[in-house]
Parts: sequence; C-alpha cells; structure tokens
Amino acid sequence: MALKGNLRDFSITQLLNLINLAKKSGALYIEGPSDIAQVFFRDGKLTYAQIGQQETSLLQLLLEANKISQTQFNLLTVRTNNLSDKEAGLLFVNSGYVNQSETFKVIEDYLSGIMRSLFTWLDGYFHFEQNELPPAEKIPVRLPLENLIVEGARKIQELDELRAEIPSLEMALKFVDRPGIDINHLNLSPEEWRVISYVNPKNSMQQIAQTTKLDDLQIRKVVYALLQAGLVEIIRPGGVPVALNGKVIPQMNHKEQKSLVDRLIGRIRSI
Amino acid sequence: MQTQTVKIVVTGPFNSGKTELIRSVSEIDVVSTEKKITSDIEKIKESTTVAMDFGRITVDDDLILFLFGTPGQKRFDFMWEILSEGMLGFIVMVDSTRPETFKEARNILETFHAYAPTPYIVAANKQDMADAWDVEDIRLALRLDPAIKILPCIARKKSTVKTVLLELLYAILDEVEGKTEN
Repeated sequence: MALKGNLRDFSITQLLNLINLAKKSGALYIEGPSDIAQVFFRDGKLTYAQIGQQETSLLQLLLEANKISQTQFNLLTVRTNNLSDKEAGLLFVNSGYVNQSETFKVIEDYLSGIMRSLFTWLDGYFHFEQNELPPAEKIPVRLPLENLIVEGARKIQELDELRAEIPSLEMALKFVDRPGIDINHLNLSPEEWRVISYVNPKNSMQQIAQTTKLDDLQIRKVVYALLQAGLVEIIRPGGVPVALNGKVIPQMNHKEQKSLVDRLIGRIRSI
Repeated sequence: MQTQTVKIVVTGPFNSGKTELIRSVSEIDVVSTEKKITSDIEKIKESTTVAMDFGRITVDDDLILFLFGTPGQKRFDFMWEILSEGMLGFIVMVDSTRPETFKEARNILETFHAYAPTPYIVAANKQDMADAWDVEDIRLALRLDPAIKILPCIARKKSTVKTVLLELLYAILDEVEGKTEN
C-alpha cells in the first residue's frame, strides 16, 4: 500500500509520528524545493538520512565534533581512502581514536541535524518504500524519533494551523497507553513539563492554560508537540466515554433497542 | 402500527464517496441534491452534494432505515447538526488516496461526535486504487482511538458497504448492551 503525498498536506512531524507509531521499516523519500532527501527507518527508529548526493564521511564528522585533531584527520584520510564508513569506524575504534559509543553519538547528532533541516521543508512530494535498507557501507544507528518530533512540532508557528489541529480548548488530555516510552528521557521544554503535570481527563486544555499562564497559542503549541510525540491524546473533559451508554434510541427500553438493532443487522446481512 | 424510522449518517470530506456508498445499498434511487461545481478546488468531480443524499432500506413492515449523506464542503457545515439529530450512529468516509483530506476528515469526525456522541466507524474508501494509503496508516494519521473501527471500503462494491454498515450496527449493539467501555 502506498504511503505518499505532499508535505503541504502531511507535515514531516506527522510523517515521523506515523512511522514511529507504526514502527515502520523502510525509506522515506522527499522531493524538496531544491533537493531530494532519503531517510531510513527500522522498527520506527531513524537509522540513516541524507539530503542530496552530498555524503559526509565518518572521518569528517569526527573532526567536526572535535573527536580527532586536524593532524589525525590528515593521517587517517590517507589510511581510510578506500574504506567504507563501517570499515573506517572499526579501524578508528580498534586503533583507539574513539570508542564505539562516541562514534554512534557523533553520527546521531549529525542525523538529528539533517532532520532539523527537513523540518523547514513545508512543500514537497514524499513516498515511503517499505523495508528498503540504508546504504550497506553506512553505519546504521537506532535513533528514537520522539525527541525529533517534539522539536519539529515546536517549529509550527502559525496559530491558524494549530487551530485546525486543535479546534477546541474545552477538550481534555490523557496520557496515551503506549509501552516503551520513557517520559524522563524526553527533552521537553519547561512549558511542556508544566502542561504535562496537569494532564488529567478532568482538566480541560483551557483550564491547564489558565493555571500555567499560557495563552491560546502557547497552549496549542505545547499540546500539538505532545500530540505529535504520541504522548497524549485529546478526550472529552471529565473522561466522559467516547460513546455514551444508553443514548441510542432513548425512547425505547433496553430490550426493544436490542431487538431493533438485531432486525437492522438481519436486514443488512440479507442485502 | 406506525412505521418506525431510524437514521444513519454518512459523512466525510468532499469527494470521499458518501453518495456512492449510499447508492450501493439503497433500495430507492438516491435522492441527491447535486449541482454543478463552481469552485476550482472542488472540480474533481462534475457535481457534488450540496444539501444531502437520502437513501432508504426497508427492514420490515414496521421499520425503515434511512441513510443520510452530508454535504462535503465546509460551507455547508450548518447542515451537519441538523442531520446528526437523532442518528443511531455515523460513518466517516475517507478518501484513502488523498492524504490532504485526512485533517478535514478528523475535524468532521470530531464535530459530529460533539453533536451526538453515538457510535461511529471510519470507512477508508478507494482501497482498490494504487495510491491508497494503508488502513492502519490512515488510523494513525487520523489519530483514531484503537477502539474505533476503521474498515477498508470500495463504495461502489455492495459487499464492502455491507460490511461497513454491519460493523457500525455491531458497535451500536455493543453500546445498547452496555459493552462499550471507551
């Protein structure tokens, strides 16, 4: 099945949210205004990303992150001339230039930077290719998307857009029952933490905004970020169930209601 | 004995297939108030429903089910509250090939549910098209509660429409029996 569209209609943060929640594996291709981005995922986590044809070698990343000196860089450039990033990475670790976790951290920071630049892409055709793997010579990481999603969602500035996403502040919030998310490891802003502390089906977003002294735009921005990160969901205030029992066909008693619905089911089955 | 009538509403964004769904199962020609489209953005189809579609399924001598299709464009949303009054439940149609309409579908869904908190299901229409999004991806895009059913649908195929209607009726039955907890 296709997963394709335009960023005008389905933003990068929404796409990442979907990939994260569905734990998708594959490649996301985005044809931006002047470049094409390729972003790879495994089980909903970022493994590799590239914009355009320009690739930055691991050696270059280590230099930029001050993990190696310019002299070491010059020396290693010659030694790793024909090596892939994977092979070079092994060489650097085995030779004691960097350790494995430092290497992964440098790559993750680099990929996060690429993703940040993608958040500025508001227009562009995208398509997702299921199960497509990143280039074999690259070192794949497993970067969780939640922090990136929160960061990306923060960039949404327009109140109109936020109003379309969150039409009413009279609704309440509840935490999503989703295993595997450790909220303590999320990089939330002070406003987001303040709102988080009031997330409760009994509190409407309006009440939370008043208590935390946030205006309409601010509360919508915070809630939007939390929604996109898959941390909370919008519900009716007071935890009122989505479907109210006993409201169907109120003029009839329970037995008559059931009989009526059974007759409808029987008729539809016979069509 | 007076004939009882009950109502199910079919809603969703413009051109999501509401009229076609009703047409697939209605025993009468769908009474459709359609007119030529003037807005450029809506020139996807030649005519669109501006008031409502109206289909009928006679259950027996005493009971008739009416299917009401809502107009898809936002400028007719004043009709929605009127149409939602007294409905048993509602179906939200989504065009699986047009992600640009998903946000609107979610807004329509929330609006209808606010008017009447009756059971509803989502029908992911046009699933036979090459560009159709996967049903579970649409669920995530619409941020649907896991308890809400989303079904693949091809509105012109009676069999899939039957399944959609039956699933809605099962949800209504669950509610009547007090099983629905969410």
